[in-house]
Amino acid sequence: MEDLLEILEELHADVDFENCETLIDSAILDSFDIVTLIAEVDSVFDVAIPAEEIIPENFNSAKALYSLIQRLDEE
Amino acid sequence: MLFTSYSFILFLLVVFILYYCIPKIYRWVLLLLASYFFYAQAGASLLMFLLGTTISTYIVSMQILRLSNIQKAYIAENKAILDKTAKKEYKAKIKKKQWRWLLVCLFFNFGILAIFKYTNFAIDNVNNLIAVFGGTKQFSFLDLVLPMGISFYMFQTMGYIIDVYRGTAKVERNIGKLALFVSFFPQLIQGPISRYNDLSRTLFEPHAFDSSNVWFGFQRILWGFFKKLVIADRILPAVNTIIQAPEEYQGAYVLAGMVFYAIQLFADFTGGIDIVIGIGQIFGIEIAENFNRPYFSKNITEYWRRWHITMGTWFKDYLFYPISICKPMRKLSKWSRNHLGEALGRKLPVYISTLVVWFVTGLWHGASWNFITWGVLNGVIILISGECAPLYKWFHKRFHVENKLWYAAFQILRTFLLMSSLRLLDCYRDVGTSFKMFGTLFSNWNYEVFFNGSMLKLGISVADYIVVLLGVLLLLFVSLRQRKGSVRQQIAAKPIAINFMVVYLLLMAIIILGAYGIGYDASQFIYNQF
Repeated sequence: MEDLLEILEELHADVDFENCETLIDSAILDSFDIVTLIAEVDSVFDVAIPAEEIIPENFNSAKALYSLIQRLDEE
Repeated sequence: MLFTSYSFILFLLVVFILYYCIPKIYRWVLLLLASYFFYAQAGASLLMFLLGTTISTYIVSMQILRLSNIQKAYIAENKAILDKTAKKEYKAKIKKKQWRWLLVCLFFNFGILAIFKYTNFAIDNVNNLIAVFGGTKQFSFLDLVLPMGISFYMFQTMGYIIDVYRGTAKVERNIGKLALFVSFFPQLIQGPISRYNDLSRTLFEPHAFDSSNVWFGFQRILWGFFKKLVIADRILPAVNTIIQAPEEYQGAYVLAGMVFYAIQLFADFTGGIDIVIGIGQIFGIEIAENFNRPYFSKNITEYWRRWHITMGTWFKDYLFYPISICKPMRKLSKWSRNHLGEALGRKLPVYISTLVVWFVTGLWHGASWNFITWGVLNGVIILISGECAPLYKWFHKRFHVENKLWYAAFQILRTFLLMSSLRLLDCYRDVGTSFKMFGTLFSNWNYEVFFNGSMLKLGISVADYIVVLLGVLLLLFVSLRQRKGSVRQQIAAKPIAINFMVVYLLLMAIIILGAYGIGYDASQFIYNQF
C-alpha cells in the first residue's frame, strides 16, 4: 500500500489519497493520470491492469485500487 | 422519416397507442417491428445492413459464450489436478480463441462501415496523389450511399461485443432482443451511443403505463422540438449564407458565422437528443444523457467530458485505454524512460493514444481532411493544455483568480470561442479555406457590419433574430436552473395550472415561432449525416 500511495502522490501531491474515496467521481484523476498510474503499477508491482478493469469502482480510492492489484496478482 | 416530419409524429402516435394496448410481454417486440419499419422508410434494402450487424454480432457473442462455458466445465472437471499455472494457461488459450472471434466481428462490421464511408475518400486521395506525381490515370468514384445512422448503431453494437468479450456484459441469447438493441428507432440515426448494460435494463422490461413518465417524456420531446425548430432551423439560413460564400463573407462575418453555428449545432444536436430521450421515456425506457451543459465548460478537456458524452466515453473505453496500456505501448514507455528521460517516457503513451483517438474521432465525423484536421487539432490542444496545467495553476494562485466569477466567465468564453474556431473546419469546404477564414478574423477589420444593417442581409429577418435571441436566453435560463436538478421536476413541484401553462406555452412557441410549414423545409438534423 505504501508503494501505491507513493505513486499516487507523485501524480497529485496535494490530494489526501489515504482517505479520498471519490478520485474518479470528483474528477481528481483523469484519463491521463490513469494511464500513467497503470504504467507505474505495472513497473512497481508487475501487475498488468486490463482495460475492462478501468471502471470508477476500481479507481475511486487507493484502497480499491490496491484490492484490484492484489486480486489481479492472485489470478 | 425526419423526427420533425408529420409522418414521424403520426408514426410515433400509432406506436405509442399500440404499445400500451398490447400485453406487456410483447411490447419490446412491437418496438422491434416499429424500429425496422422506421429504418425501412429510408430504403428497404438498408435493412440488410442492420440484419448483417445483428446476425454477425449474435453469432460471435454465442461463440464467445460457448467458449466461456467450455472453460468453466473444464476447470470444474479438472479442479483437483489443475494448479494455478495450468489454469492460467488454459484460460489464456480460451481467451485467444475468443479474441479471434471478436476480431472477425470487428473486421466484418467496421469493414462495412469503412467501405461505405471511406472508399470514395480513399479514391479521391489516390487520384490526387497520382496527379501530384504527374500521372494521368484517375479512378472513378463508386456509387455508394452511406446507410443512415450506421456510425451510431455500429459503434453501439461493437461496444456490446467488446463488453461480451471482456466479460463485462451478459450475452443476449434472444436474437430479437439483440436486434432491438441494435435498431431501437429513436436513437438509431443520431445516437446516443448506448451501452448494453445501461440500455438493456429498461429496453426489454414489460413496462406498465406510467402517466408521470409519459408526461415528462412529452415535455422533453417538446423541448427538443423547440430547440430544433425555433432556434436551430431559424438561424440556419444565416449560417449557410456566410459559409457558402467565403469570398464575400470574411472577418466579422466569420465571427458571426462561428457564433451562429455554435448556437445552431447546440440546438440541433441537443434538441435531437432531447427528442430521443423523451421518446424513450414515454415508453418507460431510460436512454443515456449525451450532454451536460457543455457551453459552461472552462477548458477543452472539460468540454469534451460534457459534449457528446457517449461518443467520448466510447472512444475512451474502447480505444484510448486499450492503446495506452497495451503491451507494445508499455514496452515503448519503458524504453523511452530509459532513453529519453523519465518525464517523456511517462507521457509518451498518453500523447500517442490521444492523437490516435482524435484522428479516429475526426474520421468518425466524416470522410474528409476537414474532419481529420479538426480531430487532430482537438487532440493537440488537449495535450498542450495538459502540459500548461502547472502554469495555469501557478497563475491562478499568484493572481488569486481561481474563485472569481469574472475569471470563470472569461474561461467559459475562451473555451466557447476556441471550440467555435475549431468548428470552422466543420463549415467550410476545405482545410485551406477554413484556415484562411480564421485568418480574416484578424486581417479583415470590417466589424462595422455589426452596426450598419449588413447582418440583416444574411437571409434572416429582424423577427428571426429576435426569436433566436429569446430562444437562446431561454436556453441559458434553463441551463442555469439545471444546476439545481431536473427542470421538469422543478416545474412538477408547482401547481398543476402552471404545469399545463408551461407546456401550453412551449407548444404554442413551436407552432407559432417554429421554422416549418408549407414552403419551409425542416432541415435534417446535423448528426443524421454521420
